Amino acid sequence: MKIILSWLNEFAPFGPATDDNIERLAASLNSLGLAVEDITRTGAPIPGVVTARVLRTERHPDAAKVHRVYVDAGDGAERHVWCGAFNMSAGDVVPLATLGTVMPDGRDIQKRKILGIASDGMLCSGTELGIDDDADGILLLPSDTPLGRPIMEVLGVEADAVFELDLTRNRPDCWGHLGVARDLAAWLGLSLTMPRAELGKLGETRRAPVTIVDGDRCGRFTSTVMSGIRVAESPAWIKGRLALAGMRPINNVVDASNLVMLELNQPNHAYDLDALGGGAFRIRRAADGESLVTLDSIERHLTRRDLLICDGADAPIGLAGIMGGLNSEISGSTTTIALEVAWFEAEGIGQSVPHLNLRSEASARFERGVDPYGVDRSIARFAELLRESCPSLVVHAGTQDARSESLPPDQRSTRVRIGRVNALLAVTLTEHDIARLLEPIGFGCSSPAPGIVEVSLPSWRPDCTSEIDVIEEVARHHGYDNIPKSVRKSPRGGGLTPAQKRRRRVRDVLLGLGVSEAMPDVFLSPGDMERAGHRGGVVTVTNPLVAEQSVLRGSLIPGLLKSIAYNESHRATGVALFEVGHRYLPGDGVLPFEAEQLCVVLAGREAPGAVEVWEELRAALGWTGTALAAPDSTIPGLHPTRQAVVMLGAGRSGRTVVGSVGEVDPSVLGGFGVTERVAVLDVDLGALLAIDPPVPQFSVFSRYPSSDIDLAFVVADSVAAATIQSAIERSGGALLVHTELFDTYRGVGVPEGSRSLAYRLRLQSSERTLTDTDVAEVRQRCIDAVAKAGGTLR
Amino acid sequence: MIDEINSIRTAAMDAVRAATSVESLDAAVADHLGKRGSLASLKTRLGSLATVEEKKAVGQRLNDAIADVAAAAEERRNALAADERALQLVSERLDLTEFRRRPSRGHAHLVTQAWERLEDVFVGLGFSIAEGPEIETDWYNFEALNMPPSHPARSMWDTLFVDHGAPGSTVLRTHTSPVQARVMTTQEPPIYVVAPGRVFRNETADATHMPVFHQIEGLVVDRGISFADLAGTIEAFTHAFFGPGFTSRLRPSFFPFTEPSAEFDIRRPDGSWLELGGCGMVHPNVLAACGIDPEEWSGFAFGFGIDRMAKEYHGVDDLREMYSNDIRFIEQF
Repeated sequence: MKIILSWLNEFAPFGPATDDNIERLAASLNSLGLAVEDITRTGAPIPGVVTARVLRTERHPDAAKVHRVYVDAGDGAERHVWCGAFNMSAGDVVPLATLGTVMPDGRDIQKRKILGIASDGMLCSGTELGIDDDADGILLLPSDTPLGRPIMEVLGVEADAVFELDLTRNRPDCWGHLGVARDLAAWLGLSLTMPRAELGKLGETRRAPVTIVDGDRCGRFTSTVMSGIRVAESPAWIKGRLALAGMRPINNVVDASNLVMLELNQPNHAYDLDALGGGAFRIRRAADGESLVTLDSIERHLTRRDLLICDGADAPIGLAGIMGGLNSEISGSTTTIALEVAWFEAEGIGQSVPHLNLRSEASARFERGVDPYGVDRSIARFAELLRESCPSLVVHAGTQDARSESLPPDQRSTRVRIGRVNALLAVTLTEHDIARLLEPIGFGCSSPAPGIVEVSLPSWRPDCTSEIDVIEEVARHHGYDNIPKSVRKSPRGGGLTPAQKRRRRVRDVLLGLGVSEAMPDVFLSPGDMERAGHRGGVVTVTNPLVAEQSVLRGSLIPGLLKSIAYNESHRATGVALFEVGHRYLPGDGVLPFEAEQLCVVLAGREAPGAVEVWEELRAALGWTGTALAAPDSTIPGLHPTRQAVVMLGAGRSGRTVVGSVGEVDPSVLGGFGVTERVAVLDVDLGALLAIDPPVPQFSVFSRYPSSDIDLAFVVADSVAAATIQSAIERSGGALLVHTELFDTYRGVGVPEGSRSLAYRLRLQSSERTLTDTDVAEVRQRCIDAVAKAGGTLR
Repeated sequence: MIDEINSIRTAAMDAVRAATSVESLDAAVADHLGKRGSLASLKTRLGSLATVEEKKAVGQRLNDAIADVAAAAEERRNALAADERALQLVSERLDLTEFRRRPSRGHAHLVTQAWERLEDVFVGLGFSIAEGPEIETDWYNFEALNMPPSHPARSMWDTLFVDHGAPGSTVLRTHTSPVQARVMTTQEPPIYVVAPGRVFRNETADATHMPVFHQIEGLVVDRGISFADLAGTIEAFTHAFFGPGFTSRLRPSFFPFTEPSAEFDIRRPDGSWLELGGCGMVHPNVLAACGIDPEEWSGFAFGFGIDRMAKEYHGVDDLREMYSNDIRFIEQF
């Protein structure tokens, strides 16, 4: 919203457009929550630019694009300037930037030579002075203009400032200068004066009858007939004001209408009464399939969601609260108008706008909330403004004021407890203080009982309905900076949960292993999951930005593979990445399935690399209840002969699969454009972080010597080493304290399809030195157990 | 006999001094000082001397000779050991600067680094860390936060919807505020939590916006919590996170779930301002929707972006760089 300082000054003396004052006002606006995004200064004096008379012009034989102009700046001396514009002749008065002038764009006017002849300054266009958009020629002034005078003084242009405000949704009133002025005046302790708004002596009664058909959407619709109009240009000050506010001047009628909107936040519309069918208005919902060509010459296709203004013959002439119809536009020959000033229900406009994809200055205001009781002032202000260019304007008696059930009540109030105000804001305000803060912004205060203030709520603040809304207004005008600062500490003390601490430990272990953290996109393209081997459904986004981001990942693997491919394409091979993040799959619950996952990918590494990472994590996090095992069935997406599952829990029924480890299937790698092998670890981090490892307890170590025995078994490739090891560990008994696979061998002496697994067993008793018999017994038990598991002693 | 002692001593001393290795030294010592060595064998002949005086004199001389040879042997032994050590050291020389290689440590994502620093600061201020799902129900993301269906303030967020349940009922959370609602509906006050997490908006990525980014939001609900506690907590956070030269300021603003609402800005030591986030007193409607009596309890909430903190802290000029997963970027931090 553009707010103009000179306009604000009509409501209260906010002061001149000097740097200090502009800064003070901007700080005040910010303190009120009317955030100043930008400030533009206009019309500031330009020292050195003065009026001068053209004495004569002269061409130079060697200069085609410039000519020589001789001027008199009122001091009798003849000055010579080179000039690239040719629109002046002897006798004209023009702006001369004398030597040493700094132009608004920062240009420094210095003595410049062309063809060896110096120039004593520069003649200026309107654009160069920052006053209009005419850059084609030098600004020409009336020939009786006094010479040597500062240009801005001669033009009557005063320094001004435009504040660009970023308004929050709860301040619809500030979409007009009045609302901003009211807040700012209250803050600065100035009293507010309303600009003159007189209907004048009313003419004979003339009516443009109004019928509100759909009262749920239109709360109030007034029509006022005005005659004696001569459509013309607006006075310069109105045009200047509209231009500063970013609107194009059209004619005196439309400009008055727009000015009322920008000043009082009341959109309105003037219809040519002679062109208004039946001379009356009907406000009704559009029928599905109905259409209307709006002022911007675009045909709009409507539904029952949209509200129409129709003429007496029920023909659509405007989209209520959004934009007039092309057929109802004021023409050059218009002499009599019917002025619409209405109140439309905000939510309805708010739904119509996105559906039609049509936003306007009017709709922006109506969908936020316009003052339903500002109508009379707006009609009078419109007449006041139009009368400046139409002295013969007559406002006729007989204003129609149709109202419906959706019009908010004119009296609203809420009860505010003074104790509540002081407790929430940590202040000590009295009833008097509260009234002092609220009354200047239109809230009325009375006291029905001690400690209670009954606050009447202004009609232009639809956002304010309850006690807490009033407390916010009190806080705002008391000043957030005037509220003290204190700190409350949690009685329980803070901290990370054990699982959150363990998540950090997981990251630290991985970083220590040289794996870096990536954050690939959570959105995937359709087909990405399938290319990664996923079977089954995916979760999709209803309104994706682009189709390539329409699927939510069901696994972290596709995103990480894309990251590897990206790095490969930038000549970075062998990257090791991990991600901790959520994955999503379709589910039957209130929400889709969602779980936290850890995925590690090691480019250029084979499957055992991922097993090493897993073992480091397992040891560091104390995940002793987990184990690797051969999968019951092949895990899709992983290398079919290089994969294992991560099991959690003990016993057949208590064991669950919480992840997998291995290598990415070469065909999947191809699908993602990855050329290196990729070792991968993919685990359900949520399940693993939930593991609360027991606190390790000290055990006395044995004082007796230990004995080692080595056993090598021939084991078919179909039997997992983990199976052999657990057979040994289960059968070894109390004397077996440690088992380690220390060699794997394939080749001569071992049948095809098998390998030799060599284990070192350490035996020890805490009570005595072991005998040969003890060792032999354990050895035999282990050999027997391994035989049952499918291993033959070598 | 004295002459004999002298000559053996001289020979022994020469042999010891001439030893060029520990082995030859040992042999020389054995030859002269050993049980059957030349000097020891002279001891046996002392008894054959005539007078006590003579025995004393010769014995003294012999002991002196033995001591001299032993001392010389020790001296020679030390010299030989030093030579050997010197030789070993020379042969074992390593230029350790040959062994420098690129460290293999991994690099945490910038967002994680900022996230954990923020968590640590809030833990220090007495907060716990709350978490919640990224796919949310409309109720937790909007309705519980004082935005009933079709509330105009919902347009403050460009929402991404998920195909699940009734159309429009499931969203990718637009902020981490639904975690606050979940905490309030499941925990009894007093509540002091921060909720860091991933959030989603239907916005095209550019240098300063990502459709997926990260926020941290705080929530306090306790008896007698006031706006002053909000302002003080923001100030305490500012000092703890940015440093003692930084201060904070609150400006009125609007959010549907807080009232009074504010934006909070951080003032840098050089006087410039950083607009950081939004905050306010928890709206009574939000407390009530979450089953907390707003007459008994009050609270405040605040929130801001984590990505932007990382961007500012490390001078990253384009947010998209942080999500490129380019190892050349990752390894810089």
